Amino acid sequence: MTNAPRLTRRSFVASVATLGGGLALGFRLPTGSAPASAAGGIAEVNAWVVVEPDDAVVIRVARSEMGQGITTALPMLVAEELECEWNKVRAEFPTADENLRRHRAWGDMSTGGSRSVRGSQEYLRKAGAAAREMLIAAAAQQWNVSAAECQAAKSVITHKPSGRTLRFGEVAEAASKLQPPAEPRLKDPKDWTLAGTPQKRLDTMDKVTGKPIFGIDVRVPNMLYAAIVQCPVFGGTPKSYDEAKIRGLKGVRRVVPLPNAVAVVADSWWRAKQAVDALPIAWDEGQSGKVSSADIAGLLRAGLAVPEAAVVRKDGDVEAALTKATKYVEAEYAAPYLAHATMEPMNCTAHVTPNQVEVWVPTQSGEGALAAAAAAAEVAPEKVVVHKTMLGGGFGRRGAVQDYVHQAVLIAKAVGQPVKLLWTREEDIRHDFYRPAAMVKFTAGLDPSGMPIAWRVRVTSPSIFATLLPQRLVNGVDQAAANGFTDEMAYDVPNYHVDYAMRTTHVPVGFWRSVNHSQNGYFRECFIDEMAHAAGQDPYQYRRRLLSKDPVRLAVLDAAARTAKWDTPAPQGVSRGIALVEAYGSLCAQVVEASVGDKGQLKVRRVVAALDSGHVVNPAILQSQVESGIVYGLTAALYGAITIENGRVTQGNFDDYEMLRMADMPMVETVLVPSGGFWGGGGEVAVPPLAPALCNAIFAATGKRIRSLPLKDQDLKRV
Amino acid sequence: MPRFTINGHTQQVDVDPDTPLLWVLRDTLGLTGTRYGCGIAQCGACTVHIDGVATRSCSVPVNAAEGAQVTTIEGLSPNGDLHPVQRAWIAHDVPQCGYCQSGMIMAVAALLKEKPQPTDADIDAAITNICRCGTYARIRAAIHTAAKA
Repeated sequence: MTNAPRLTRRSFVASVATLGGGLALGFRLPTGSAPASAAGGIAEVNAWVVVEPDDAVVIRVARSEMGQGITTALPMLVAEELECEWNKVRAEFPTADENLRRHRAWGDMSTGGSRSVRGSQEYLRKAGAAAREMLIAAAAQQWNVSAAECQAAKSVITHKPSGRTLRFGEVAEAASKLQPPAEPRLKDPKDWTLAGTPQKRLDTMDKVTGKPIFGIDVRVPNMLYAAIVQCPVFGGTPKSYDEAKIRGLKGVRRVVPLPNAVAVVADSWWRAKQAVDALPIAWDEGQSGKVSSADIAGLLRAGLAVPEAAVVRKDGDVEAALTKATKYVEAEYAAPYLAHATMEPMNCTAHVTPNQVEVWVPTQSGEGALAAAAAAAEVAPEKVVVHKTMLGGGFGRRGAVQDYVHQAVLIAKAVGQPVKLLWTREEDIRHDFYRPAAMVKFTAGLDPSGMPIAWRVRVTSPSIFATLLPQRLVNGVDQAAANGFTDEMAYDVPNYHVDYAMRTTHVPVGFWRSVNHSQNGYFRECFIDEMAHAAGQDPYQYRRRLLSKDPVRLAVLDAAARTAKWDTPAPQGVSRGIALVEAYGSLCAQVVEASVGDKGQLKVRRVVAALDSGHVVNPAILQSQVESGIVYGLTAALYGAITIENGRVTQGNFDDYEMLRMADMPMVETVLVPSGGFWGGGGEVAVPPLAPALCNAIFAATGKRIRSLPLKDQDLKRV
Repeated sequence: MPRFTINGHTQQVDVDPDTPLLWVLRDTLGLTGTRYGCGIAQCGACTVHIDGVATRSCSVPVNAAEGAQVTTIEGLSPNGDLHPVQRAWIAHDVPQCGYCQSGMIMAVAALLKEKPQPTDADIDAAITNICRCGTYARIRAAIHTAAKA
């Protein structure tokens, strides 16, 4: 028995008909009709909406649930247009293999870039609206009246002139046989009654009762367990291992060498782990066995110094303007590598038979998992079945790289029996795709009023895209490495020049919640503070002046400042800092209140956040995401650092890669200030402003500029 | 063969006696609501009650639980209702990814048994579990709600 969610009606999977010309997103209209058969009266009205005879509605969620609440928010968008009763809705995940068979009826299943709502809202709302129109049309046909005389509300269709009613469940089967409308009409968001309201999450009951919903919880018949040790130096390979040393250990079935690792398979995970720990392995460490953090810092420092780099934004003439400045501000900043540290360590269960490869996996990309499984087993994608589970955190670790899927399939193939591969926490911390270490060098020239007339920015870091998605480079340049300094830099600086010097190391890098915004937001917003200080101006008012032509950003900045009472003095011993970041289509301003004791003891007391995401689908969930982003950002600012010695990661667990806990948690106050008219993401934008707002508060308290993180490595004693 | 009472039922398990209780619960008994996060008693995702005391089961060999009463999230509310802590968790919509929440709930249930009206300082001292999604503010609010229940 397995616990992975399956579709309500598998019988629909094989023979779906698709219509429509396809959206710009590259897949067919999700309103494509379903086949007519309707065993048990359960009707798939379209790929997203299934209606059962008792009016229960199943709404499919193609994206992954990793805590961000899309299992609730995405169905709300469908239900809003469908006009069904919300308390009759449940969610289910279609699988990547069904998506493949149905010509990507559910579109892009990958989950990242704060895209779940903003990237699928249009087709989800259309799917709900199309289903509603089909249900109405089916009722109208039954009554032999015009559909225009009918309306749907709360899962009931009413023929207005006669007052006759039919429930959704009574007409769903007939509706499923109708032609879907070509252009279903969508509501104006101002007419929403469900979307925009703070509904409870649909997944809470399972999560408070310990239900087996995560990948690590999967149990399939006849399953074995695998533990793994990967070469501690990135890029290294196993040279040899002494299997005789663990021969005869109870329960141990097999040693499986992998390209960069050795796995032991046993009848319990604990036995597998004990055995792999006891297995002597000799590694070929490759070229990088001597690299240290100091070497990498040297490489990045050289990246700051080289004369030429890829220009990623250029306004006016910085060099000419710098000669006219009356005051100069210069600084260098640095940020370390960071691990994702999802609470659920990497894992995947796989079963490889001659005819099929089946995997159960917590993944941000069901389709990526499918591709990884097919590649590992060397079979066609059509032979792979992917059961996507809930994720015990994702944060970008479980997206672009499906290394654990690849490993699990190789192991299962070698063993010929279902195997659950589970990494230890140490493997998880030491074999991540890390948030890149980065450095930046700023030179700004201020005019006599203190405002910047010229600003030069040099960014240097390893490139995520060059590592993982080289096809996304533009003329060999990773534009995203300078995120936050390019399109999203809205301050009014007439002469502005940003360039990027890519510096690649052997440490694998990847997408870490808020990606390059996490470093660049910190760098930029601290340096704005430095400029304000050089100008002798209040950092909030200074930002207001730099945004005087930008009412949308000003509104967010003002909302945070107003809520934090910026203009009235902070309590005795408490200092404030402010920051504003735009990322993933949303704006977030934060004010941090912190105090620093005589011996440099830091206490973060309160964080006020203002967020403009355009539209809001579920304000309660969005507020949770802001709180979550603040904790993620604060954990990194206080403690986060992955360091390298002898080519390998120094840290290994939560004792040396520390996490924020209850006692560190500041008071958080979130104000949502949606200005409408656009769809911004909510999962990441609250991460980047925290570190700069905090460091700016520390400056206000101590006069110390924090130009590198984490804070645990800084002496905060007053200067 | 270690023998103990798990969620009210006496169990005898055929495992190596030094196997951590966590893996006996998860892999031998199929009680997967208790979760692995670190293996070194740092994160608390594996918190269960041993004779009523909140304990990180990743770091307790099963033979140390010999004869003990072990309660996991699956047995927190034996009559099938929800425990007041679980109800408070639902009222505050605490979980995000949810992975750490079994351990959080078990730790909080033990705290409230010992201190029915905990102060914020009591909470800070007793609830040292890690939540990577950052649900701490809601956890604190939910603890106070559960304390009033």
